Amino acid sequence: MSASAVVFYVLASIAVLSAAMVIWSRYPVHSALYLVLTFLSVAGIYVLFEAEFVAAVQVLVYAGGIMVLFLFVILLVNLKDTLGPRVRLHATFSSVIGAAVVGLILYVYSKGRVPGTSAASSVLREGGNLQVIGAALYREYLLPFEIASVLLLVAMIGTIILARQKT
Amino acid sequence: MPVPPSHVLIFSLLLFSIGMLGVLTRRNAIIILMSIELMMNAANINFIAFSRQLNNLTGQVFGVFTIAVAAGEVAIGLAVVLALYRNRDTIYVDEVHVMKG
Repeated sequence: MSASAVVFYVLASIAVLSAAMVIWSRYPVHSALYLVLTFLSVAGIYVLFEAEFVAAVQVLVYAGGIMVLFLFVILLVNLKDTLGPRVRLHATFSSVIGAAVVGLILYVYSKGRVPGTSAASSVLREGGNLQVIGAALYREYLLPFEIASVLLLVAMIGTIILARQKT
Repeated sequence: MPVPPSHVLIFSLLLFSIGMLGVLTRRNAIIILMSIELMMNAANINFIAFSRQLNNLTGQVFGVFTIAVAAGEVAIGLAVVLALYRNRDTIYVDEVHVMKG
């Protein structure tokens, strides 16, 4: 097993365990901190897959921006009692759905073939991941890029309207 | 790629299932939003892994768009949670059942 494979398995197990702790922990702040751990290990996996730009965006937007948003709302919404997961109520329902989805995907995997690996990446020859992604974003995907900015503007206006104090 | 793609798929499947379990079992609206983030991350891992596998940049570009959409979605969702808390004094989703049929 190569070194990058070992790194992948370590990061993947950290991500899965901390994702489970997000669901399992009683306090929302603990969930938020475990969520940061999950995002950071997923960002490490992106670096491993030579997607450095997406990894940087993941750290900046998820572990930076979204986490601060979550923590602010957790602090604003000052709940006295914290209820744990209502696993007992929905245990059978949830486990049946979960087992069905996992079984379905494993079945499809056992039936089909995953496309084979391609030739060595030509990204480095074209000037690195950031340059290649920038060229793709501003040439091929210019219209979706602009639509995404309009979407963010709409989200911003909607957030301000929704969270505004009624006077 | 030294890691077989099936292992990456199983990893993202685990992450997605954990997120789905959270959406189904938790009643705190903030935790439900976090679980949705986990599910979007699992989908993103697939995009990045197959972008590397198939030597095609579209997956990474799509991953960036997914992150942008997730940011907008979290902002709106948390604003809804705040409005809910102001009006109803709760963020537990099973205590908000006025619009339930």
